[in-house]
Amino acid sequence: MRNGAVLILGARSDIAMALAHRFAKAEYDIQLAARNAESLDASRCDIELRYKVTVRLHEFDALDITSHKGVLEDLAELPTIAVCAVGYMGEQAQSERDTKAAIKVLRSNFEGPASILAELANKFAQRGSGTLVGISSVAGERGRATNYVYGSAKAGLTAFLSGLRNRLAKKGVHVVTVLPGFVATQMTDGMDLPARLTAEPDEVADAVFKAVRNRNNIIYVKPIWRLIMVIIRNIPERIFKRMKI
Amino acid sequence: MKLSGWGRYPTIDAQVTAPRSTDELANLVKEGSAIARGNGRAYGDSAVSPTNTIHMKHFNRMLAFDEESGQLVAEAGVLLADVIEAFLPRGWFPSVTPGTKFVTLGGMIAADVHGKNHHKDGSFGSYVDWIDIFTADGTVQRCSQTENTELFEWTIGGMGLTGVILRAAIRLRPVTSAWIEQTTLAADNITHAIELFENSLDATYSVAWIDCLQTGEELGRSLVMLGEHAQATSVPLRYRKQPFQMPAKRKLNIPVDVPGWVLNSFSVRAFNALYYWNGKRRPKRQIVDWDSYFYPLDSVLGWNKIYGPHGFAQFQCVIPLSQAEDGLTELLAAIASAGAGSFLAVLKRFGAQESRFSFPMEGYTLALDFPVNRKSLALMNELDSITLQHNGRFYLAKDSRMQRDVFLQSDRRAEDYSKYRRDESVSAAYSSAQSERLGL
Ligand SMILES: Cc1cc2nc3c(=O)[nH]c(=O)nc-3n(C[C@H](O)[C@H](O)[C@H](O)COP(=O)(O)OP(=O)(O)OC[C@H]3O[C@@H](n4cnc5c(N)ncnc54)[C@H](O)[C@@H]3O)c2cc1C
Repeated sequence: MRNGAVLILGARSDIAMALAHRFAKAEYDIQLAARNAESLDASRCDIELRYKVTVRLHEFDALDITSHKGVLEDLAELPTIAVCAVGYMGEQAQSERDTKAAIKVLRSNFEGPASILAELANKFAQRGSGTLVGISSVAGERGRATNYVYGSAKAGLTAFLSGLRNRLAKKGVHVVTVLPGFVATQMTDGMDLPARLTAEPDEVADAVFKAVRNRNNIIYVKPIWRLIMVIIRNIPERIFKRMKI
Repeated sequence: MKLSGWGRYPTIDAQVTAPRSTDELANLVKEGSAIARGNGRAYGDSAVSPTNTIHMKHFNRMLAFDEESGQLVAEAGVLLADVIEAFLPRGWFPSVTPGTKFVTLGGMIAADVHGKNHHKDGSFGSYVDWIDIFTADGTVQRCSQTENTELFEWTIGGMGLTGVILRAAIRLRPVTSAWIEQTTLAADNITHAIELFENSLDATYSVAWIDCLQTGEELGRSLVMLGEHAQATSVPLRYRKQPFQMPAKRKLNIPVDVPGWVLNSFSVRAFNALYYWNGKRRPKRQIVDWDSYFYPLDSVLGWNKIYGPHGFAQFQCVIPLSQAEDGLTELLAAIASAGAGSFLAVLKRFGAQESRFSFPMEGYTLALDFPVNRKSLALMNELDSITLQHNGRFYLAKDSRMQRDVFLQSDRRAEDYSKYRRDESVSAAYSSAQSERLGL
């Protein structure tokens, strides 16, 4: 039995790889899209061997938005599900000093993902089915001194996904927004993260898989984050602006 | 971070890095005193370097499989559990497996692990076609029985001290189902147990569980368990149409340390007696699923915590065939008289094996767990001397406490290995807390 294909954009990240394994296990073929796609060949073999599905590699650069239409045209088949796991944290301090660095963060987390998701949205709408998944972040829920460049881009992505959902609901296309809290990945290697609040990439993948199956709209990976973000969103601005958070 | 092996003893403050690419790995190896770490299932300090432990968890991809020969090419950090999950449904099983599936291919090669079929099939190394290894000079070398043979032979069973294994080609065995036909035989004492083993050399798998608190006539009272891969026609009815399908199982979890008094000799005695009589009463023939047969302990996650916060140590030796009965009798007598029982006293028959440095040789191997305390550490020293007197040797994958001179006395090959490491300038690049302790 074959369930169609899952396209994973930004396939090199730990979360993306965990997603590829999770969906392959559920008998979906996998399309991995990333820069230097051929370097993912070992992962392609691995997933094919483990789950007996077909895995294809596709060259994809989130920042090269003029190429995005072509990326989709090159796919052997239009995927049933597409997950955008593109993201780049950058360093807040550097973004403050260097506008170019800040723009790279903004473009990687907002412009690039929005561009490819927009192309996919049109194709899915035309077909009248499919699921789009955007990996956004709790950092987009409120700007904080320590990472507002990244956070604001993610806020843009969250709003974009919510708009897409609103538009595509009548067209049979479902949109899932994923808000992971801390995740133990290459991006956070070496950071000192609180264990109870930190998810493993596998947990993110499981949560996304369930959300797609159950057609949930917005999910937090660890339920505790829903509560934390309710509190953080509701702190009055005059207090929030003085907080170190 | 604080790091130890599966026995949680000794605990060492160690620098651990998990590289994601060969380039990152190369930079780490440059720093010297490096040791690769698989899944930390060796009991002691063999996968720990205080300054430079290299965790292989990101090298975990399977690369190719040949449906004809059963050859699997995979990165060293792949877990045996994942190999089984992927290939048992297609009719393939590891040719040799240790008593836990939570080991990596790199760890299995480095320790040249043995299974319950050693007497028939040899150790894991016999099923390794080639190895890609990151050596001390910063290059990747392919080695096999025909290419770079010295490196190949020292790496199999070499405890990570020749370099970092990156990839390997191993052969799986075709099996007829995911089930094992098990025959249980009760042995009245150690002489009887040996007799049963010697009469069962045709059996694919054999192992004995010893009630090591018995003395006198009953010294070495045990259950000898034989196993064969079941034909598809003899698997339980419910699974007969899909002989590789498995019933789903729940996992037990031991999240906290169990206080020491739970393991006093009285409770062990009660447990052992119960187990023995249950085994004796059990039908002689049984059909069991692969997971319960090969990995009974894996269903209790974190069982290493039942020995409490001080951890535990395993004693495992092999005594050559000609002296096995005498040697085992003395070992068991010493254990019984110390009254330091162990839940797990396991006896296996090894077949012939000649290798550069691997543990097995033809004879009998005895393995026991002890909680770490003064009394059992003293007892283990006594067991060391008995083993030496009978020309036996010790399994480094289980060792965490042996003295250097005991080790060097037990294994003449150690000197050659040290010389090889010096000649090839590997000693400075690769070392573990264990190799330092034992002077390898
Ligand atoms: C419950 C239990 C039952 C067991 N039963 C058996 C048994 O029946 N038979 C048996 O033979 N053993 C048995 N063992 C021991 C176990 O099989 C070995 O210790 C094995 O080496 C552990 O593999 P690992 O991946 O956890 O390696 P680790 O414990 O992480 O490392 C073990 C050794 O392998 C080296 N190593 C690991 N990866 C690499 C690499 N990529 N390159 C180079 N060196 C590497 C390390 O340096 C170290 O010397 C058992 C262990 C447990 C906990």
